Amino acid sequence: MFTILKEQEGEVTKLVQIEEGKFLGYRRPDGKVGVRNHVLILPTITCATQTAKQITELVHGTVSFIHQHGCAQVGIDYEQTFRTYVGMGKNPNVYGVVVLGLGCETHQAKSVAEEIAKSGKPVVTVSIQDHGGTLSSIAEGAKAATKLVQEASAQMKEWCDFSELIIGTECGGSDACSGLSANPAVGAVSDMIVENGGTSILAETTELIGAEHLLANRAKNDKVAKRVYEVITAMENRSIHMGVDIRTGNPSPGNIEGGLSSLEEKSLGAANKAGKSPLNEIINYAEEPNEKGLVWMDTPGHDIEQLTGMVAGGAQVVLFTSGRGTPTGSPIAPVIKISTNTGMFERMSENMDLNAGTIIEGKETVEEVGKRIFDEIGLVSSGKLTKAEILKQHDFGIWRIGPTF
Amino acid sequence: MSENLFRTIIMKPIDNVALALQDIPAGTQIEVTFSKEESTMITIKEAITFGHKFAVRQITKGTEIKKYGEVIGKALRDIGEGEHVHVHNLEGTRGRGDKVGTD
Repeated sequence: MFTILKEQEGEVTKLVQIEEGKFLGYRRPDGKVGVRNHVLILPTITCATQTAKQITELVHGTVSFIHQHGCAQVGIDYEQTFRTYVGMGKNPNVYGVVVLGLGCETHQAKSVAEEIAKSGKPVVTVSIQDHGGTLSSIAEGAKAATKLVQEASAQMKEWCDFSELIIGTECGGSDACSGLSANPAVGAVSDMIVENGGTSILAETTELIGAEHLLANRAKNDKVAKRVYEVITAMENRSIHMGVDIRTGNPSPGNIEGGLSSLEEKSLGAANKAGKSPLNEIINYAEEPNEKGLVWMDTPGHDIEQLTGMVAGGAQVVLFTSGRGTPTGSPIAPVIKISTNTGMFERMSENMDLNAGTIIEGKETVEEVGKRIFDEIGLVSSGKLTKAEILKQHDFGIWRIGPTF
Repeated sequence: MSENLFRTIIMKPIDNVALALQDIPAGTQIEVTFSKEESTMITIKEAITFGHKFAVRQITKGTEIKKYGEVIGKALRDIGEGEHVHVHNLEGTRGRGDKVGTD
């Protein structure tokens, strides 16, 4: 139980408390629940990102992101990018969307908008070529966004249950403490989310190489266990086909300075984020989970690419552990950043939300820190801003799986 | 020198490396606890920074290095008790595209 609101009752200030495992969220037409109420200006092509950014400068309550995707892409790579755009728009943290295209690109704004509209949320399409250039498109987009923002601001929050949450988990800038403090604490939270009927996403397939047997042993059935080895082999083969030591990219120089010597060592620490729950499903990048409980999304270890994949898959809140420190955030989902050690937490307090370094110092147990993170999810889901949100850290990057043509 | 001055941790009793939870100077004598029944005194051979590993047993070249009770790589050379274990003497065995055709 914790306090989030004050209510005036006569002369007395009454404190309203929220029940554990509950939060105040925004119900969407498709029944899902958002923890934020953003109007997203969604550029489906790199050529439209600057125009989108201009709209966010004009209209309060809008968010967008800069990227370099959306044209001259084919096959499964085209599909993955398309799915990611649609997922960003459909994420329940988004009230409504202005889809912004150029006009001639492979990823047509109209097609993306049609898919998002199936969720029942308001969607407006603006095309730069159709609207006669940048300035008139900014005006069109801003007008549409203004209307959406005012509608969004009139929506009342309602009590929601943790069973309606999809929590993404991730570690970036790991050090040797990651596997001792913050990752096990996130594992404890992951188990609590699962016990409360919610969904927890484990990602970064690269950083599970060397720990796959531990997860396969916890798979719900043989089919899921088989899939564990398939996605791991596919990821490992990518480095083998390139003829390189995966250690040239992962663990990164910062990981190595922090004491991690091999990918296997990093993976064994990273796998702790998955707690002890059974593994119910493996889903593709940016796909929405079909199952509740613990699910694994096949993503690379790249922080922003995996974050984008999980958010496009419907994660409303992301837990991000770091030993080296990172500013990472998402334009639409709060990212709660958890430090693995107290030194970094103090050095980078403007970026880090919670400290799990107390476990290393013997001041708190893994379970105690897990409970603190769990309570923070309730607060953040009810509106408390994370550091990354306050600093407008609107990161976005798609895992490209094919060349640009 | 007191063994309690520096904190270290061994994840599983079968591990052959321990983690330094603070910077440890070379020459420090440390008591390493594997389990309630098993502990040993070792001398730290070189400075170990916070978060880094040191060998708690003799590790022969080519043998597996274990942390969390699991394999984290192989020894590139013989590693003596109390020596720093890191990328200079431990190699990962996974995702080694550079090794294809060299074995």
